[in-house]
Amino acid sequence: MTMPSPMALAVYSVVILLIMAISALVFKSRQGFLVNAVFAFSSLACVMALTAGFQAVSNGAVETLILPIGLPDLPFYLRIDALSGFFIAIIGLLGLFVSIYSLGYVRGFVGQRSITSLAVFYPLFMAGMILVVISDDAYFFMIAWELMAVSSFFLVCFEDESGANRRAAFIYLLIAHIGAVMILLSFGLMAGFASGFENFKGYTFSAMRGAHISPGWASAAFLLAFFGFAAKAGVVPLHVWLPEAHPAAPSNVSALMSGVMLKTALYGIIRLTFDILTVSQWWWGGIVLVLGLISAVTGILYAIMQVDLKRALAYSSVENVGIILISIGLSMIFTAHKMHELASLALIAGLYHSLNHAMFKGLLFMGAGAILHATHERNMERMGGLIHKLPWTATLFLIGCLSISAMPPFNGFVSEWLTFQAFLLSPALPNPILKLLFPLGAALLALTAALSARCFVKVYSVTFLGRWRGEHPCAAREVNWPMKAGMCLCAASCLLLGVFPTAVIGWADMAPLILIGAKISVSAKTFGWLWLTPVSSVRASYSAPVIFIGITAVVAAAYAVFHSRRSSKTALTRAPVWGCGFEKLTNRMQYNSTSFAMPLRRIFGFLMMIKESVTPQDANAHGAFQRKFVYRLMINDRVWYLLYKPFSKAAFWCARKAGFMQHGRIQIYLLYSFITLIVLLVFA
Amino acid sequence: MTTNLAAQINGVLAALILLTAFGLLAQRRIYGMLHLFALQGLFLSVSTAIVGYTAGLHHLYVSAVLTLILKVFVLPYILYALVHKLHIRKEVEDLVNIPTTMLIGIALVIFSYHLTAPVRELSTLITKSTLAVALSTVMLGFLVMITRKKAVTQIIGFLALENGLFFAATSATYGMPLVVELGVALDILIAAFIFGLFFFQIRTTFDSLDLKEMEKLKEED
Amino acid sequence: MTTTLYSIIVEFVQIAVVLLAGPALAGWVRMLKCRMQGRTSAGVLQPYRDIMKLFVKDVVLAENASWIFRFTPYLVFGATVMAGAIIPVISTVLPSAPAADIIALVAIFAMARFFTALAGMDAGTAFGGMGSSREMTVATLAEPAMLMSVFTVSLVSGSTSLSQMAQVVTTNPLMLRPSLAFALLAFILIAVAETGRIPVDNPATHLELTMLHEAMTLEYSGRHLALIEWAKMIKLFLYAALGVALFFPWGIAGATPLWMLPAAVFYLAVKMAIVGAVIVLIETPLAKMRIFRVTEFLGMAFLFATIGMLSYFMLE
Repeated sequence: MTMPSPMALAVYSVVILLIMAISALVFKSRQGFLVNAVFAFSSLACVMALTAGFQAVSNGAVETLILPIGLPDLPFYLRIDALSGFFIAIIGLLGLFVSIYSLGYVRGFVGQRSITSLAVFYPLFMAGMILVVISDDAYFFMIAWELMAVSSFFLVCFEDESGANRRAAFIYLLIAHIGAVMILLSFGLMAGFASGFENFKGYTFSAMRGAHISPGWASAAFLLAFFGFAAKAGVVPLHVWLPEAHPAAPSNVSALMSGVMLKTALYGIIRLTFDILTVSQWWWGGIVLVLGLISAVTGILYAIMQVDLKRALAYSSVENVGIILISIGLSMIFTAHKMHELASLALIAGLYHSLNHAMFKGLLFMGAGAILHATHERNMERMGGLIHKLPWTATLFLIGCLSISAMPPFNGFVSEWLTFQAFLLSPALPNPILKLLFPLGAALLALTAALSARCFVKVYSVTFLGRWRGEHPCAAREVNWPMKAGMCLCAASCLLLGVFPTAVIGWADMAPLILIGAKISVSAKTFGWLWLTPVSSVRASYSAPVIFIGITAVVAAAYAVFHSRRSSKTALTRAPVWGCGFEKLTNRMQYNSTSFAMPLRRIFGFLMMIKESVTPQDANAHGAFQRKFVYRLMINDRVWYLLYKPFSKAAFWCARKAGFMQHGRIQIYLLYSFITLIVLLVFA
Repeated sequence: MTTNLAAQINGVLAALILLTAFGLLAQRRIYGMLHLFALQGLFLSVSTAIVGYTAGLHHLYVSAVLTLILKVFVLPYILYALVHKLHIRKEVEDLVNIPTTMLIGIALVIFSYHLTAPVRELSTLITKSTLAVALSTVMLGFLVMITRKKAVTQIIGFLALENGLFFAATSATYGMPLVVELGVALDILIAAFIFGLFFFQIRTTFDSLDLKEMEKLKEED
Repeated sequence: MTTTLYSIIVEFVQIAVVLLAGPALAGWVRMLKCRMQGRTSAGVLQPYRDIMKLFVKDVVLAENASWIFRFTPYLVFGATVMAGAIIPVISTVLPSAPAADIIALVAIFAMARFFTALAGMDAGTAFGGMGSSREMTVATLAEPAMLMSVFTVSLVSGSTSLSQMAQVVTTNPLMLRPSLAFALLAFILIAVAETGRIPVDNPATHLELTMLHEAMTLEYSGRHLALIEWAKMIKLFLYAALGVALFFPWGIAGATPLWMLPAAVFYLAVKMAIVGAVIVLIETPLAKMRIFRVTEFLGMAFLFATIGMLSYFMLE
């Protein structure tokens, strides 16, 4: 039996997912069965998608399919090449882990609420994401895009009894649709140039590829599409929905939204700029790069300020999308200057970081879900010491934190290292101003990397280390095995993707090859798989296996020498911590999330809206003799007030002004219709 | 001394001049600013002498000596005496915080590099690459004047700006004619005296050297 | 074959040098400082005695310290020694040198710091947390300056591989490069911040409130503390060695001839003696600065590195 082709596998996996969504409605009375069936079959579909993506990238072949469904004369075009294959692989891989995790996680809801909507929309959401990356015409792309947006909307408002969740879902839907309109306009422009504005022939991507668009209109199409996708990817300043919606969704869905859904928007940007439009002006890349830098720095700064675990993770997704955009922007700039090898290096860095981010952010959201599951708590200020209660989750979450903080030998470091290499090669650019500006961009990226390490030291240590800060004693218990399994798989792939980057890059190299026309030379030495040398071994090299084995060996040696043998002589005792001479240390005296972030709040406070107040509780007593103070801290997103508030105010103002037409009498409404009819007849 | 080595030394001096210009932006103490200004004058003078030596233009030696006397000794001394007499002890007060000023400064340097690019392409002098530094020094001097509150720091900014102009003249065209340079030197000296007189006037009028007081001079509406 | 064998021998010699010379440099700095301040010193060998003493002491753990607290000393030590195997301290032909370029090297140190900060928070005291928070802040601010400095040096050598950078400086004709001078200045400031020296941190303080690094490791004792202290001394040595390798690599051993190796060790000793003296000269007249002044201190480092980068493009 021969292996089915990638396209067939992808289509089958979508079909399985769609069948699951429909049958979830049928079996909604048997909730326990529903959980097992939906997530087991989703796992199966994800395995198929993963295989499809893996094969498509390693073959490098382009496969197309025309489905004769849809409107008459407008069939659906499907296409899989190395780029879509890469993203299908990401969707399949994280989807698989999250589906396994969901087997345990969603069971926690059974008996508390109906999980039918989750069981219906989860497979639909997955199917939507797969369809987005394999669609090959604007019409089908928009359908898939909407399927993805709407199903994720229903997933965000799964726990719809909370007003905050409903509001988050509404904002999400709103911004997603503003983005969708912009994407649609961009497609319209390109289709118009492909076949004229009178017919629909130009709606396929292949027609758009062949279109001759004047540079001005190409720029317009690029800008429209870029901002449309940026709204979905959570690029600053279009990110405000993200920290609302991701925490509101159930954690398995947050993992998918952060890990994969944002990547489909990045896929859109790459597909559009490198494939359909082909990069012609370097300033396109400049815009992408600058917005990437802004997103990266502000995203992580806001992440540090958060006390809600899932919000912090959501803001960190803004940061990581920024890092990916930095690579994409660099690649666009290099492409525009015809430096294809550097362009493919930067693009590989971006693609690799997309994959890595899917893994570690998926892991972290699943970990946050495990904490939520165990403690029913999202506020880090009321956590602490969970490492003693949740040893598995703690260890796995630590791997996620190390990966996201770009610590070698984990995966986050490899992609950031590649991005730095792309930056460091920028002096080869012919443009003198770019040469001077790029190092500053690299410095900002370094700042981001350091800030993210700081952020995740905070997140991890406040959550898992120290002592429990909650009012009631901690009753957390370790989570069930499917959740552990999902997280273990994710953690293992974080390590493997970090230790064997040459294998991953050797596989993924096909994507830049078809887009830019150049590969990066991974390695030229003997034992090539050991050394990652993106340009040449003289320029820079990195070997994760050597570092991993080296550090492990030294740690083991130090342990063997200083621990085991000495343990007979020197005792190990436990004692209370040093209280600095005070009588009693309470758990509230520990450093918490807010105090840990204080130095950065002072240094970078000018970037955010901070309202801080200390009020004595007893107004009559003298300030020095107060028994209690109330400390209030509000940190608001500046963008929200600068960009969105004026719009929403204007919208409400218009709505109120238009409100006088509303009378409630049916005759008056009929009169309006009649007047409209008359006006149309007069002017037509 | 080969031309190459001279060009290298000149490059180092240019870098040092740029550093002192940034130093003026970052310095909190007024005496520190004076020292930096004197140092900048010294670098400028040495650089002028080296350019004069390699280009064989002897009038540049005169400029170098003039710079040395005026900008390393006389002007800093006058300002020093002024600061001493006026009892200005407080740290320099600035309108914009220092890290932000630095970032603006870096942006200005990149901007001036961009502006001088055409000149660099055309020029054949060994000093052509320092023109960007000279222009940056002018801009950074301006930035000092804009971001500082006190009158004395403003005059230091002004003098640093003049240093930049002088350096620009040397690097772009191997210096201005001697007559012009002498005239400028005299002007600077006189300007310093006039500034000094003004300071006393400002202080006797407002009891302070804070330029915020000058805002009162506008017409009331 | 002989070259492979030679390079493996060099590697082991270097690791031995790194392990042994770290405490020696610390002892040398302390001794000179005592002399400068008119105190009697305990000699260069005192750090060795301290470490030996700590290894035979009992370990007292905080009540709720987790495995992270106990694992951290080993990891910090392991990461530091790994860094010592990569930096070209005595030779540029190390077999493990290509394992990490300078960016990866910085990340290895960052990993050690990550775990130290976690350990600081693990005991659940205010001081540990304060130390972690401050140390991470200082590290955060040092990172852009470090990258900019690296960028400038890599412009000159066209590489970020450490042995390549050292080789380029030794083999190229000597040139006056303002860019390298500024990068060096920036590097010194960063190294002061990273290794926790005065004026950023005070390694000899006895007041918890003024400590950064020491506050994080306040709860450590016995062999754990010995490993942490040892790793810290090695780290100081390695930063000195890194600075020497990047900016003054003359005298470092190449592939051949063999006698260069002892000569390189000798040169290294001389250079380290000088670096130690410079550290003392910097530290003696200065006091530790306020934590929020460190922002400006590292801002200055960033400025130096940026001026270095600009002057490379504008003047060279």
